[in-house]
Amino acid sequence: MTVIHPNMADEGAKIRARDVCVFYGEKKAIDNVSLDISPDYVTAFIGPSGCGKSTFLRCFNRMNDTIGAAKVTGLIELDGEDIHGSRMDVVQLRARVGMVFQKPNPFPKSIYENIAYGPKIHGLAEKKADLDVIVERSLTRAGLWDEVKDRLDDSGTALSGGQQQRLCIARAIAVDPEVILMDEPASALDPIATAKIEELIDELSGRYAIVIVTHSMQQAARVSQRTAFFHLGKMVEYGPTSEIFTNPIEERTKDYITGRYG
Amino acid sequence: MSPITLILIALGLGLLGWLAGRAKAWSFQSSDPALRPASRPIYHAWYVALWVVLPVLAFVAAWSVIAPNLVLQSVLATPEAQGLTGLGFERDAFLGEARAVALGQAPGVFNDEAEPLIAPFREAFGRYNTIGIIVTVLIAIAGGALAFLRLAPQFGARTRVESTVLMILLLASLVAILTTMGIFASLVFETVRFFGMVSPIDFLFGTKWGPDTMGSPDAVDPSRYGAVPLFWGTIFIGAIIAMVVAIPLGLMSAIYLTQYADPRVRAWIKPLLELLAGVPTVVYGYFAALTLAPMIRNAAVALGATNASTESALAAGIVMGVMIIPFVSSMADDSMAAVPGAMRDGSLAMGATKSETIRRVLFPAALPGIVAGVMLAVSRAIGETMIVVMAASQAANLTANPLEPISTVTVQIVNLLTGEQSTDHPATLSAYALGFVLFMVTLALNFIALRVVKRFREAYE
Repeated sequence: MTVIHPNMADEGAKIRARDVCVFYGEKKAIDNVSLDISPDYVTAFIGPSGCGKSTFLRCFNRMNDTIGAAKVTGLIELDGEDIHGSRMDVVQLRARVGMVFQKPNPFPKSIYENIAYGPKIHGLAEKKADLDVIVERSLTRAGLWDEVKDRLDDSGTALSGGQQQRLCIARAIAVDPEVILMDEPASALDPIATAKIEELIDELSGRYAIVIVTHSMQQAARVSQRTAFFHLGKMVEYGPTSEIFTNPIEERTKDYITGRYG
Repeated sequence: MSPITLILIALGLGLLGWLAGRAKAWSFQSSDPALRPASRPIYHAWYVALWVVLPVLAFVAAWSVIAPNLVLQSVLATPEAQGLTGLGFERDAFLGEARAVALGQAPGVFNDEAEPLIAPFREAFGRYNTIGIIVTVLIAIAGGALAFLRLAPQFGARTRVESTVLMILLLASLVAILTTMGIFASLVFETVRFFGMVSPIDFLFGTKWGPDTMGSPDAVDPSRYGAVPLFWGTIFIGAIIAMVVAIPLGLMSAIYLTQYADPRVRAWIKPLLELLAGVPTVVYGYFAALTLAPMIRNAAVALGATNASTESALAAGIVMGVMIIPFVSSMADDSMAAVPGAMRDGSLAMGATKSETIRRVLFPAALPGIVAGVMLAVSRAIGETMIVVMAASQAANLTANPLEPISTVTVQIVNLLTGEQSTDHPATLSAYALGFVLFMVTLALNFIALRVVKRFREAYE
């Protein structure tokens, strides 16, 4: 049974998920999850490994489509529009819902080309000058501009791990998405790089709806305002982060955040 | 008595040694059940057997070289041989005939002079065979006894057997390397001889190829050994026409198979494509010569070309390109599969379509591997012989017209070495020089390609 804290009921919803199930072949990875993602807050998905939180996140930009055996049922709406509907183009959906992965995955191209990739394929810039503006703005928002402005032609793969991850965030920002999905964005980084990413998430929230999957409960507590706890493919509890961490309703949530299992 | 007999004797004695070693090792265990021998009985058995067989093999290898000489010397020392007339090869012929009769390989002699030598040969063979067998048995027994006496409960037979096996494996792997070095050395040797007659400058930069196979070896005309038309023909057929066919088709089929094809379709098409690589090149050759070349000529004539040949570069090049498709395709396939899935996901998550992802991310990332694959394919194509022998021309023209006859390095090598020239004629030696150039070029291509592939792998692992 899912517990949803009552005082979130009248918030607007950027993404509405209803009765979402995900199957990998015969295995049910996500079991009847329903929740609303607020446009104004950072929402964190927490839970032990294998609980399905990343799988659920990948539903929002239909990245599960790329896995042949995966099948998604139920309703997911972006601004009231069914993302599986015939009027929704997956290319457009992914331009509106950006994603940052667990391991930094810059393309083996220059820093400039990494950022320009999205705007080019979506035709956002007519001239080189427009593209330059987008590249600078995206890198600035990702807090990377000062570090790389003199070497935009260097390969993106030559940057440090933390810089690569911020490059990937800048790449996602470059197409001006409405939602940014982050799948354990700091789990491959050292503590200093992690702190920078968390700072960045803070700065970006409000401008973009952000959903972050994380292993680290401290990280969820630091960066998010809403937290959903997943266990064995089910959403156990969803509410304001402060309440989930200080006053959880469900026994399983309490056990997890106090470190009794997971 | 052949070396085979000696080896069979050694193996028989080896088996005896094996049984004896095992029996002795068993006796250790049965004499004291509390004893834990350092090695199991089977290793003691092998230890003795190896000590019997390996020294004998070394002796047989040496003996099979030495014995015929000893036989010859002893025959020449006999009074019958003193009266032998003739010089040089005539004398060798008499001796050869007599030896063949003595060994029972020939029914009788052709030259009467050889007749009196048969008996001395028989006598010498008999003597040295006996010596060979006695020495073989002595070595086997000595080796076996030495090993047998060393066996003891705490004797480390296993480690010794294993290190011997290791040495045998090492020798086996050295065979391939030594063979390559031997081939290279013989090429260099003959090439240097050729360059003593024709200067390397004339050979590498001359534009007329027409070795005078009938001319006197003493009056060499260096202007007939200009290999540029052959190098050009080889590059034109193997690296240009063949690649124009193989690169696009190979890459497109790799992209289709790795990115788009349904697994069931892939399971059918990929083995079929790889079957192309298994077609004997001589079959491609007659397809090129008998089917494609006349078609191309007729098409060219119909379009108004006046000098179209049935030995056109185009036919050989196209068929060679088809032959190369599986190589390009499978290298491109591997390279694209080596690009991490995270890269593809990153692009798809940006809203790129599958084709944009392939063109802008996967393909550029896989490019070093693909380039290396193409280089390996080129090195195969320029060394390919059968297709061009059958479909290309003997005439070494320096032309860029694909409809004209053109010749390649490999075609000329085949021509020059299948004729009836003496081995020290400059025309024959020029084949070695051509082979040397070809060897160096393909070696360089393979070397560079393998380095590129290695760096490429490291970049993603």
